Amino acid sequence: MTTQTTGAPVIDLGVPVIGGSHSRSSAGTAGMTTSDAERSEKLSQMRAGELGSLHSWELVTAVDGPGTRMTTFLSGCPLRCLYCHNPDTMEMRRGEPIGADELLKRIGRYTKVFEVTGGGLTISGGEPLMQPAFVANILRGAKELGVHTAIDTSGYLGAHCSDAMLEDIDLVLLDVKSGIPETYKKTTGRDLQPTLDFGRRVADSGTEIWIRFVLVPGLTDAEENVEAVADYVSTLSTVSRVEVLPFHQMGQDKWAALGMTYELTETRAPSPELVERVRGQFRARGLTVF
Amino acid sequence: MATTAVPQTGADATADAWDGFVTGPWCDGIDVRDFIQRNYTPYNGDATFLAGPTERTTGVWATLSAMFPEERAKGVYDIDNHVPGTITSHAPGYISEGNELIVGLQTDAPLKRAMIPNGGWRMVVKSLQTYGYDVDPEVDKIFSEYRKTHNDGVFDVYPPNVRAARSSHIITGLPDAYGRGRIIGDYRRVALYGVDALIEGKRMERHELDMERSVEDVIRDREENAEQIKALNELKQMAASYGYDISGPATTAREAIQWLYFGYLAAVKEQNGAAMSLGRTSTFLDVYLQRDLDNGTITEEFAQELIDDFVIKLRIVRFLRTPEYDELFSGDPTWVTESIAGIGEDGRPLVTKSSFRFLQTLYNIGPAPEPNLTVLWSNRLPDGFKRFCAQVSIDTSAIQYESDELIRTSWGDDAAIACCVSPMRVGKQMQFFGARVNIAKALLYAINGGRDEVSGKQVAPVSAPVVGDVLDFDDVSAKYDKLLDWLAETYVDALNCVHYMHDKYAYERIEMALHDKEILRTMACGIAGLSVVADSLSAIKYATVTPVRDEDGLVTDYVIDGDFPKYGNDDDRADDIAVAIVKSFMEKIRAQKTYRNSLHTQSVLTITSNVVYGKATGNTPDGRRAGEPFAPGANPMNGRDSHGMLASAMSVAKLPYSEAMDGISLTSTVVPSGLGRERDEQITNLVGLMDAYNVQSGYHLNVNVLNRDTLEDAMEHPENYPQLTIRVSGYAVNFVRLTREQQLDVLSRTFHGGL
Repeated sequence: MTTQTTGAPVIDLGVPVIGGSHSRSSAGTAGMTTSDAERSEKLSQMRAGELGSLHSWELVTAVDGPGTRMTTFLSGCPLRCLYCHNPDTMEMRRGEPIGADELLKRIGRYTKVFEVTGGGLTISGGEPLMQPAFVANILRGAKELGVHTAIDTSGYLGAHCSDAMLEDIDLVLLDVKSGIPETYKKTTGRDLQPTLDFGRRVADSGTEIWIRFVLVPGLTDAEENVEAVADYVSTLSTVSRVEVLPFHQMGQDKWAALGMTYELTETRAPSPELVERVRGQFRARGLTVF
Repeated sequence: MATTAVPQTGADATADAWDGFVTGPWCDGIDVRDFIQRNYTPYNGDATFLAGPTERTTGVWATLSAMFPEERAKGVYDIDNHVPGTITSHAPGYISEGNELIVGLQTDAPLKRAMIPNGGWRMVVKSLQTYGYDVDPEVDKIFSEYRKTHNDGVFDVYPPNVRAARSSHIITGLPDAYGRGRIIGDYRRVALYGVDALIEGKRMERHELDMERSVEDVIRDREENAEQIKALNELKQMAASYGYDISGPATTAREAIQWLYFGYLAAVKEQNGAAMSLGRTSTFLDVYLQRDLDNGTITEEFAQELIDDFVIKLRIVRFLRTPEYDELFSGDPTWVTESIAGIGEDGRPLVTKSSFRFLQTLYNIGPAPEPNLTVLWSNRLPDGFKRFCAQVSIDTSAIQYESDELIRTSWGDDAAIACCVSPMRVGKQMQFFGARVNIAKALLYAINGGRDEVSGKQVAPVSAPVVGDVLDFDDVSAKYDKLLDWLAETYVDALNCVHYMHDKYAYERIEMALHDKEILRTMACGIAGLSVVADSLSAIKYATVTPVRDEDGLVTDYVIDGDFPKYGNDDDRADDIAVAIVKSFMEKIRAQKTYRNSLHTQSVLTITSNVVYGKATGNTPDGRRAGEPFAPGANPMNGRDSHGMLASAMSVAKLPYSEAMDGISLTSTVVPSGLGRERDEQITNLVGLMDAYNVQSGYHLNVNVLNRDTLEDAMEHPENYPQLTIRVSGYAVNFVRLTREQQLDVLSRTFHGGL
């Protein structure tokens, strides 16, 4: 279980497996040619959105949006979530430089797959909105291919998402990591407000939203924190489902491998009862919850 | 096209039996496909009409289920060690006499195995000894002194190069000591025409043969024809012993199933072929079931009960085999493969209510590996049927899928799968089963100048081994190409010997009696270790691979420096290598002259033998360690396909079917939650995945929907999982009947969490 930015991968609670498979090392960028441009040239290409920093891609089903999807994990994230299980995507420099053309060629290979499975493209990360020009180009290219598009974002950099870009997005997977500003800050190191603003804007534009909430005992599980998230979510008219993702420890080795300090060594996975309580809090507001 | 006229004997009875059927060319000559096309009722609905099991069905199954633990513990339930099996050798047998709708057993008691020595007496003796049964001196004398077997014949004619290749495990699993199988009699003919008409048809074929000059081919055809007629008479006799006169056509659905089953039963009474497949019977039988339902003579519950009872019989087909055989093909498989659905040449789906009824048996009597239910999948199949298939896969993991699009365009719409992935037109085509060669070991031979990397023996002709510190892609490729020339030649030599002798000493009389006179024969070669070779050559090309030599200069290990593309990630750099290997070996096979001018084909399939092949193969340049299992069939190597199940499948789908017309096998295991949040979504997503693989020209897909925990628990507590079924490269097995090594191999395979 690796390439998944938002929260918890595999956990044995009779709850769904999230994200990529359990037993792999990094999926990587197989099949795509990395750019060998000079550093200065690279920088200008990145600014123009012709080049992006890619961690990996996968064809996945039943996660990251409807149907079978090509999920592309971009490198670089402004948040420092304590429970991140893909800390190797936090920094942009760890990704592979991939041209927008190259990525679009790969997406084009799967248009038939997307068509028969009702799937599409999901841009995840890291944080896609760290590379707004690149993401805008990819989304535009995907729409030109007739592909359903989704981005998986914390919303923190929502201001980077132009109205034109939003036009090219069919579904936003919005990770609301906490509902109380202090808890949000403790969890991610950043402010909550930009996420709330972005969610509102997406809803006002009529774009469909799936909410994701990672349940970490002792960190995000307080009843009032969940209430705050649920209250907010219930005001977004375009939310069609909420996914409560139970925390687990599978990302732990990566922190060590990267020489980073992991603070949740002692944290346990949430009990089934706790997961049920939290889901119930969302359900109480008439939301479809998994 | 009709090749044999149906004679007019008993015309009145025949007219009654066919009452209500739309007439056509099938009335004037044997043409089952034409009968189906004119008479079947396509069904576009969902599964809601299906009936559950009756008390009688549940009772019969419970009687058998009580016997399975003893069979599992001992390896066999019982053996008749005195009377060799023939069509008429045994008195009637019953599971629960008077309580069965469809009758007939291979011997006089359920699960009692017969000796079928024509394939090879030594194999029978070994099996008897293994299971603690005496060897009857009389029978021993017959098959040692008086009656030569197929196995004796083959070893009289094998040249030394074949023997060497065989004993070094570069060519293995050859059907040279047991029945070859993979021949499907058109058992439907027994029901539609009755045995007398079939005998009459064979007599007419004989007249044609008698008009030709007596040269070797014609003499052989006449002898085979005489054997076929004898076998048909024995078939009638055997049915009569159960109280049925099957000389005329079946008049009801129950009779149609019974007649058809007698045909099949005759085949499994006298042949212990590696795969004894049933064909494509469900839509054929549906014509009879629908007629009786329309006439009001049966109910849906009874229609289902008939199918359930038939399937119970198919589940207890048993053969006497040795532990070595089990190591190759684990779990006591018989490959009673039944091909279901598909699309007709006129575009109408061949899905009927009976397509559903066959799958429903997995609920009514629980999951089971046999019969090997095989859905010929097309994304054009009706949605209700597709969803039911996906649901059954999620619930039981007991179905395999083959591309109807590829099969129909190559072999027409009345083809069926023999064994795991081998398609053939029913009654018009058979194959010479060729097992497979180990192309990964061949690569090591190429590197070592024809010497075996394990024994050091010179097996292939002496050639220049690689020299220097780093493997060079062009150098190794050129050497490999030469080695494969030798391998193809040796391999087809072996197969020609095997099939010449099988035709001579263990001819499939009843199965061939249910074929046309003129048939297409294929020489079905196969390769194992494709993903090992693809990754090895990719490593040599894209990374730096340094050979490690022992004191004799034999390369026994490899040090890989750097990363390289791996087959199974939809990465053309690696996948193109796999494609090139398949194409190149097929070309080399095609250059060989084949016995009976059979058509060259190959498969990329290992069944469970990937474990045994791996065991016999040293370290490989892709980093695989000596003795580690290969990936099964055309699967990417375990854990190296890291971009999701579909990306993995798409690599496999690149292998061109035209260069592997005997089939390309992919086995995939997913956890249920990896398909979706709720059942409905899981079904939708699985249908989508199979459609996606189908439109990408993927040939075969085994789908296991399982939790790893379940398998681990089943290893610890087999008694709790008597019916746990999983798909392994081309067939299904009871997980608890696999060897421990194979269980571990299944566990180590890539589980796709998120697909």
